Amino acid sequence: MEKIKVKICQGTTCFVMGGDTIKAMADALAEKYGDKIEIVPVRCLETCHESDSFSKAPYVFVDEEVVSAADLEKVINVIESKLK
Amino acid sequence: MSNTSELDTRRLKREVLVRIIKAFMSDNFEENTRLIPYDMRPKGSEVPYRCCVYKERAVLRSRVIAGLGFSMEEDDERTLLSDFAKQALARKTPEPEPLTVLQNACKGCPSSKVFVTELCQNCVAKPCLKACNFGAISNNGKRSVIDSEKCKKCGLCMAACPYHAIVKTVVPCEEACPVGAIAKGEDGLAHIDKDKCISCGKCVSACPFGATHAKSQVIDVLSKIKQGKEVIAMFAPALVGHLPCSAEQFIEAFKKIGFSDVYEVAQGADTTIQVEAHDFAERLEQGAPFMTTSCCAAYNELVKKHLPEIKPYVSDAHTPLYYTAEIVKKEHPNAETVFISPCFAKRKEAQDNPNVDNVLNFEELGAILIAFGIEVDTCESKEYAFKSSKEARDFPLSGGVAKAVQAAWKGNPDDLKPTVINGLTKATVRDLKMYAKTGKCPLGNLIEVMSCEGGCIAGNAGLNTVKMALKKVTDYSAQSYSLKDDNK
Repeated sequence: MEKIKVKICQGTTCFVMGGDTIKAMADALAEKYGDKIEIVPVRCLETCHESDSFSKAPYVFVDEEVVSAADLEKVINVIESKLK
Repeated sequence: MSNTSELDTRRLKREVLVRIIKAFMSDNFEENTRLIPYDMRPKGSEVPYRCCVYKERAVLRSRVIAGLGFSMEEDDERTLLSDFAKQALARKTPEPEPLTVLQNACKGCPSSKVFVTELCQNCVAKPCLKACNFGAISNNGKRSVIDSEKCKKCGLCMAACPYHAIVKTVVPCEEACPVGAIAKGEDGLAHIDKDKCISCGKCVSACPFGATHAKSQVIDVLSKIKQGKEVIAMFAPALVGHLPCSAEQFIEAFKKIGFSDVYEVAQGADTTIQVEAHDFAERLEQGAPFMTTSCCAAYNELVKKHLPEIKPYVSDAHTPLYYTAEIVKKEHPNAETVFISPCFAKRKEAQDNPNVDNVLNFEELGAILIAFGIEVDTCESKEYAFKSSKEARDFPLSGGVAKAVQAAWKGNPDDLKPTVINGLTKATVRDLKMYAKTGKCPLGNLIEVMSCEGGCIAGNAGLNTVKMALKKVTDYSAQSYSLKDDNK
């Protein structure tokens, strides 16, 4: 089975709007899913650059799905739905 | 630091700041500021936190007022945000008190009390009755009950109950304040007593409604930059742990905002270290029992307002910010200086120092970077003109200041016994009071005092987790030379 790619944004906006929880999230996800997922730190993908979209940062991308105002629970929910 | 409820209030505050800055950068600052509550909660939008969209907007309006740098206490609720924006532009000096309480955001939490829950098993031994020294506990045949008139909230009954059936409810801001400066008034809402407040900001982190706010100086600083003034950033060494890039990339990031130059406050810390080591040597020679450090602004306010008896034991060394600002003003006499701070208390210190014109905290800097669209990790790396020591760069860590003085210590190593007050609380304030009163500290003779647990890297305006910040700061300082090598 192909690994689910979890791209975690390392950009400034995502970091300021809650990136500290995102960093902790990477560890928690790695522990929970092991080699079922691949965690990829990425630079700003500019999802936050359109008008008010900064307010929905931090962003995490699970394969091609965008998770806005991302927290551990939301990201786990998306991963679970992909694993089904 | 980052439990979820706290994160929600912090995100809200940051979003408001970004919107204020975006409004400032737009062609109509006043009107776009007025619209912020409506842009955040437009007609028909979800109501995430309060009872209705109108209350949401009212609280957001208050957050904008604090973000513009004004007190909520004086708000008449009739003035338009556009008028506040105009006044912010006209302001020459920031308001004196750093913190304000948003009365409409304050829940008016129930008063703190000790009470017996239904978990009481109505046991035979009734240790709670015996534990109480004030006759406040009786038994109604079904369970123990507490007479709140007589109860002194000492907690002895709680400790005595084998079922943990007795609990104490708290008012988070009152509980967090180390000096009893914030308390519910007759209206049931929190009020800050400015004569007692040491600006440590613990109430800001503690309130799950986000009702205590720092009054921001973002508009003051951005106005100066817009007017083309020479504005220089002096960043606290803790910042290294709180942005997703290297310290060498800060110079370009600040220049993109419009700052003309950037100094590490670690530069001034190198002076603080030498002065403090020298001061300690002199005091020991004169037979002083101990000395405390003097770089934490909240601690200095504590000494001034609550602990004058410890003043003779506080080092005469100035803070790293003091020495840095002195150097900057000497090298750039016409410049406006801005300290980039991990906490709120430094605003107080800045007011008393004519060399420091404004203070921005890390959250406000983060909001500026978002509004300007600056990606810090793509900025070019540049070397600082002055290279600070490893110890100076470790100043923001708990234990860092004591270790620095130790590294610069030229006397007998056994004569210097460091100890740390890692976080000001009601209990550690009592400890300090006792050291001053008895003229003795059983734990050591060099007492490092930091208001935030973990040091400045755990400051209440931080952006990163303390653990991650600690790693980044120590990775950075490890690249520098050590004062210990000098002393060999």
